[in-house]
Amino acid sequence: MTKLTFIAFDGTHFDVDAENGSTVMENAIRNAVPGIEAECGGACACATCHVYVDEAWTGTVGEPEAMEEDMLDFAYEVKPNSRLSCQIKVRDELDGLVVNVPERQG
Amino acid sequence: MASLTKTDVIIVGAGPVGLFAVFELGLLDLKCHLIDILDRPGGQCAELYPEKPIYDIPGWPKISAQGLVDKLMEQAAPFKPDFTFNRMVSSLERLEDGSFRLTTDEGEALEAKVVVIAAGGGSFQPKRPPIPGIEAYEDQSVFYSVRRMEEFRGHDLVIVGGGDSALDWTLNLQPIANRVTLVHRRPEFRASPDSVNKMYAMQEMKHLDFQVGQVTALSGADGQLATATIKGADGDIEVPCTRMLPFFGLTMKLGPIAEWGLNLHENLIPVDTEKFETSVAGIFAIGDINTYPGKLKLILSGFHEAALMAQAAKRIVAPGERIVFQYTTSSTNLQRKLGVVE
Repeated sequence: MTKLTFIAFDGTHFDVDAENGSTVMENAIRNAVPGIEAECGGACACATCHVYVDEAWTGTVGEPEAMEEDMLDFAYEVKPNSRLSCQIKVRDELDGLVVNVPERQG
Repeated sequence: MASLTKTDVIIVGAGPVGLFAVFELGLLDLKCHLIDILDRPGGQCAELYPEKPIYDIPGWPKISAQGLVDKLMEQAAPFKPDFTFNRMVSSLERLEDGSFRLTTDEGEALEAKVVVIAAGGGSFQPKRPPIPGIEAYEDQSVFYSVRRMEEFRGHDLVIVGGGDSALDWTLNLQPIANRVTLVHRRPEFRASPDSVNKMYAMQEMKHLDFQVGQVTALSGADGQLATATIKGADGDIEVPCTRMLPFFGLTMKLGPIAEWGLNLHENLIPVDTEKFETSVAGIFAIGDINTYPGKLKLILSGFHEAALMAQAAKRIVAPGERIVFQYTTSSTNLQRKLGVVE
């Protein structure tokens, strides 16, 4: 199990155990993290699972691919550390990953 | 008054479940008219993820979302459904004879004894960009679509976005606008390369401006814009802006359905599981928009709901008529309706 921490917009921390191979978005939904909507269910088609990756983790998590970058155009307040959480697969190196939930999704 | 259409059943939403309802209602000789805010059938399947494979449609181990929509259209075709696209149903009222009148946002009226709400996550509406105070300018100097190009003649136009809509309107409105400024958060676009090249060529010739950044503030008075502030890598710049067209994609909102007098629960419509009827007799809700104990938001659940709803709809449209349960495999009567036997 890989540990992930979601920080909701109001500052509440959600520490969850995630299975490798699942997506960060799926773990947010499973644990009812507020502010992650995932309208399209993980198809990289809606930009409503937008998160900010903690600055310490951006290198390990990596850059979005072209399709995700396109989708991010539709997200609210995109920053250099913005990612769509449905496109981040949980793996060993991400143990301890911290992501912040934006004020709103679109 | 604009046009009035009468039919047996009005279906609000032309997604997969609305389309399959045409088939089930058609087998019972009910004629359907579908209304959808998109410009084509398919709902989320067509708009959000047309190329994504779906793995849980019975009998189809793998089918693309658009592929499923195409098959459903083919399956519904024998029943010749009517479609009204690019319209939102803005109001619903009950008439004295018990039937319903629906009015679209363009003023067209439709009447039927049965209404089926198959609106999924609600209607797709343009996303509002995160610019403080933008609401005050909407429909006066900020528009989310172009209905008449003349609205933009002679204006200082700011277009925001990086897709085909943003690029196409930049190119099409450039000749009539006073000045066009295109704003996108990065120099890459998700638009046809041809349009992108044309835009860069026009920028080169100083026929338009392209700014990498985000619009962060607006100024103006009484709904009329005057300037827009663009935050880019080199800080803020202010540009003249008397018309703005933001293209930030679509989001789903329940919309006017909330005002139709139906009981709602967390933006979903509670129904029974025998007929999938709402709190108002004659109005049914099927697919993702309904809720009941054990509800699963699956396309296949919506198909089941459509079949049971159709039985109840038939009793309303043709009261007293005996409904004979038949199989499409063996009933000559059904096969005739499907056009597969003489």
